[in-house]
Amino acid sequence: MSDSAAQAVEVRGLSKRLGKVAAVDNVSFTAETGKIFGIVGPDGAGKTTILRILSGVTLADRGSAIVAGFDVGANPEAVKNHISYMPQRFGLYEDLTVDQNIRFYAELFGVDGRAREINAARLLQACGMSEFRGRLAAKLSGGMKQKLGLTCALIHRPRVILLDEPTTGVDPISRRDLWQILYSLLAEGVTVLIATAYLDEAERCHRLALLHQGRLMFCGSPAELKRSLPGAVLSVTSPEARKVEMRLAGAAGVSSVLLLGDAVRLVVDDAQARIGELSALLRAANLPFSEFIRTEPTVEDVFVSKISAAGAGPSFAWKSQGATS
Amino acid sequence: MNASMPAQPAVSSAPSVSVDRLVKRFGKFVAVDEVSFETAPGEIFGFLGPNGSGKSTTIRMLCGLLRPSSGRATVAGIDVAAEPEAVRRHIGYMSQKFSLYQDLTVRENLRFFGGMYGVPARELAARIKWAVTMAGLDGRESTPACDLAGGWKQRLALGCAVLHRPPIVFLDEPTSGVDPMSRRHFWNIIHQMSDDGTTVFVTTHYMEEAEYCNRLALVARGRIVALGRPSELKHRFASGALLRVECAPLSEAAEAARSAPGVIESAIFGGGLHLTAVKDLSIEGLAQYLAALGIRVLAIERIGPTLEDVFVSLTRDRPNTAAQGH
Repeated sequence: MSDSAAQAVEVRGLSKRLGKVAAVDNVSFTAETGKIFGIVGPDGAGKTTILRILSGVTLADRGSAIVAGFDVGANPEAVKNHISYMPQRFGLYEDLTVDQNIRFYAELFGVDGRAREINAARLLQACGMSEFRGRLAAKLSGGMKQKLGLTCALIHRPRVILLDEPTTGVDPISRRDLWQILYSLLAEGVTVLIATAYLDEAERCHRLALLHQGRLMFCGSPAELKRSLPGAVLSVTSPEARKVEMRLAGAAGVSSVLLLGDAVRLVVDDAQARIGELSALLRAANLPFSEFIRTEPTVEDVFVSKISAAGAGPSFAWKSQGATS
Repeated sequence: MNASMPAQPAVSSAPSVSVDRLVKRFGKFVAVDEVSFETAPGEIFGFLGPNGSGKSTTIRMLCGLLRPSSGRATVAGIDVAAEPEAVRRHIGYMSQKFSLYQDLTVRENLRFFGGMYGVPARELAARIKWAVTMAGLDGRESTPACDLAGGWKQRLALGCAVLHRPPIVFLDEPTSGVDPMSRRHFWNIIHQMSDDGTTVFVTTHYMEEAEYCNRLALVARGRIVALGRPSELKHRFASGALLRVECAPLSEAAEAARSAPGVIESAIFGGGLHLTAVKDLSIEGLAQYLAALGIRVLAIERIGPTLEDVFVSLTRDRPNTAAQGH
């Protein structure tokens, strides 16, 4: 495989303003052929705008994007036969059946009947939807609609598939199924670009771009992302977790404290040095607690740490005024 | 079914929400099937389940919007079937998506909800000021809601929902899609409300939100399938062992692992596999089994289950469990 074919997507210095907002601000990354590349970030991070540029729907203000070997800025039409773009609201026809929807998209993409039948059978089986071919799209659950959308988007066997938040609002079981389908595509050399606002889904990608307010905050593998967190993450559980949280906030070496149910998660500068100090602090306050355990950082830990470092944290000035008087 | 007790904010340790064998049928379909639980004042209680699990139906009954088919539920001591109107005065309800009037300003939204919830006129100005400060919106009182970023909007919606100081507030996927900083800010406010004795009832299918709850009910097909603190659920219900396997080639490995003795579920996860297996699975045995099938195994390690693992293992219909015993 030649060098250029190894990269399914190459983005250089991409920028796009929408009104007064820099929706995408000087973003560069490459996505390798046959891998899953995640475009990860909260609402308003620029994910949709990037996918729209890559699919030739929107033109960038600056920068270049090469997708499946085509420069989308110079030749937006040429790329369309080789990719598939599944927007957040994929256009399924609710009053058509599963099969009729597939046939519609197959004809749109010029797929002949035989190829359509082979592809549809394979994709529907992978989705666990073979027995629902006669069902109206309107009668499908949210997760099944997303799977049908994916089947329609893949019916012409695109080389690159661009998915805009296919798992948003989908329950955890359907989410896992969707990811399994994406992995099964890789064996055929398909490249998947997937946008998601679920930071935990970043861990399912081979590589990812972490975005915030149009800017690229990190690009690399999930393991590299976690290694980029300065310090370590500790976790401690307590029946008095709220008090533990308040006691540990602001302690020396603690940069972030998060109360999660009966657990408290902390980012500290040095795990070895701080575990003893923090334990002593809680004992002095007579608070019960399990031992401090060092845990893996999550993508969210890294995200929050990077944003705090950039000085964009919200104010926590508000104090309780007694909601129940 | 006597609910003549006067409507009082929760003050004692009496349950703020009490649900006893609650059932809702739509024709032959049982949407909520004998659900029972209680919440304590100040508790952050999560109701976690996929779409169609009966979550919303339960909430609608608790908010006095839908009459139970059988069973009993009280909210702030008020029977939801006997006095649905009274219930509605004692709760706040917030869904990030539908709560605000986008073309009204911050102050107009608050005034509207204050009027709707019957906040006394002499208290209204003070309550609006409180809500504005709580949401971090000082100086933006005249901004239309549609011009606010996600995090502000969501805190304004919360302010609208609790303007009348309800002892119980229902939050429906309150922080979906907002950035982690805003989510943390939001939960910081929720924790303070909980300190003050407000019961917070969260419904969601986002594991990231469920993690914030003191106690969780996992619901599937109209029933509660597990109830406990998040850490408890992770220990108790991830019945098997969870393994991360670094290996190649991945698709073949996932397939091979599925047939391995003791493996219940096999899923590709990033550059490796996540396996659910019986507790006493031998890691060495698994490595040998995979190697014999031509899989290159680089590492196998046990990992802690996430809430999502627990949820999936409790709610999925597993066709492969038969493979467990071989």
